[in-house]
Amino acid sequence: MNLVRLITIAVGLVFIWQVIVLLTGVPPFILPGPLSVAQAALTHRGPLFDHAMTTLFEIIAGLILGTLLGASSALFMIAFAPLKRWLLPVLVISQAIPVFALAPLLILWLGYGMASKIAMAVLIIFFPVTAAFYDGLRSTEPGWLELARVMNARPLAVIRHIRIPAALPAFASGLRVATAVAPIGAVVGEWVGSSKGLGFYMLHANARMQIDLMFAALAVLATVALSLYLSVDRAMIKLVYWQKEEKETEI
Amino acid sequence: MPEVSSRSTSSANLAAPGIRPSAPGVFLENVSFAYSDDVLFHSLNFTVKSGQWTCLIGPSGCGKSTLLRLISGSLRKGLSGEIRFSNGNGYNGLCAWMAQKDLLLPWLTVLDNVCLGARLRGETSAAKHEKATSLLEDAGLGAYADSLPSELSGGMRQRVALLRTLMEERSVILMDEPFSALDALTRIKLQDLAAKMVKGTTVLMVTHDPLEALRLGHNIYVMTGRPAQMSKAIIPPGPPPRKPSDPAIVSLAGELLDRLAQTSHEEFGTGGVDRS
Repeated sequence: MNLVRLITIAVGLVFIWQVIVLLTGVPPFILPGPLSVAQAALTHRGPLFDHAMTTLFEIIAGLILGTLLGASSALFMIAFAPLKRWLLPVLVISQAIPVFALAPLLILWLGYGMASKIAMAVLIIFFPVTAAFYDGLRSTEPGWLELARVMNARPLAVIRHIRIPAALPAFASGLRVATAVAPIGAVVGEWVGSSKGLGFYMLHANARMQIDLMFAALAVLATVALSLYLSVDRAMIKLVYWQKEEKETEI
Repeated sequence: MPEVSSRSTSSANLAAPGIRPSAPGVFLENVSFAYSDDVLFHSLNFTVKSGQWTCLIGPSGCGKSTLLRLISGSLRKGLSGEIRFSNGNGYNGLCAWMAQKDLLLPWLTVLDNVCLGARLRGETSAAKHEKATSLLEDAGLGAYADSLPSELSGGMRQRVALLRTLMEERSVILMDEPFSALDALTRIKLQDLAAKMVKGTTVLMVTHDPLEALRLGHNIYVMTGRPAQMSKAIIPPGPPPRKPSDPAIVSLAGELLDRLAQTSHEEFGTGGVDRS
């Protein structure tokens, strides 16, 4: 039923788009109609697919690395309190620098290839994951900890069997946010300098006045981002089955 | 008098699983404790008799739960005086803890929750699992071993918490209002189950409910004031669990409730409210 609603909304949006094009008579190099966009997508499906794969790979690699990095720094801050006092301010300061402003630097340091785009995605993902997971780790039900203490639990076992699972629902919401913003990192990276990926392809089409193709690339990007988000959401609901009743996807 | 001799080991053959042969008594000697300026205990002397069920009853905020924490060893900062166990051991590994909240971990099955202590100490074994399974059978939860806590009712969850406490095989069980969140009928059933299963273990239970104390306690103490004072032991007739309908219990419950109401009035400084 969720899928039905999703499709209905998509079809409705396309319909409104077509109506606007018909009513206002905007020239196709400003706003092409859905039909010509679909046509462009069909004719260029080969390159569209290739570029989409590149972008998807960047996003997924960024997600994995960013999540690993974020989760482990949250764990480190919980396990070693003194480290937290030094790391937390660094994290907050790092958020004061707009990641987009770093894009040219990253290209300079890591080159035109995928590494710089993955690094952008990692930078964007890192903070929401760290913050959510750290928060979850810190707010363990005190009763559980007291129970563990009376049971003579080993400190590492408490982290492994109580604190981490208890923090996973918070971690899952952090990961959802991260998945939603990760494509931004990859695409901005591609805009600033690359020869592959949907961001590059959009700029490329734009420069050659193939506006319908640009829209097609945009639609593919939206589809990629959305399916990624929905898969992560599903996976989190399955894996972290003890999270509270926010189970129904908001979409 | 129905007083049970404190040396009594007659329960040995009735022993439910999870009982140490010689449950120690707990002695509090000159115990003082304060949260910053708030003196909860001053030179308190108190004994929890070995192998018996002792109930502690008193108005909220008088320090009952704090006393349990001091005995369990989870609260040590600011404690002066001595807490001794009659078998001479220190805190470690002596006490088991049962709270008002069931504190079941929602990601573990019922069976794994019962075995939590072993898991946290890295001592899980097939034997432990077997024992937990048989405890679950005894408590009528055999069919739920693989269920998640979220699938159980409140009474069942608290039963699981009781089993988890028994699984620890500790000789002293500390209970902090363990049945107070349950409806009356479930509460009575769970009290009976608990009384049966912990027989022979030293139990110290904090409760708000005079009737509960009178059903389960070999000894009952009323704790009031700040710093807290203990009343003399009240020893209800007959062995626990006593019937809630027993007239002696009912009238004692009334008396206790009166006494509690009085003390809490004193504390609020209203000295006997008239409700006209």
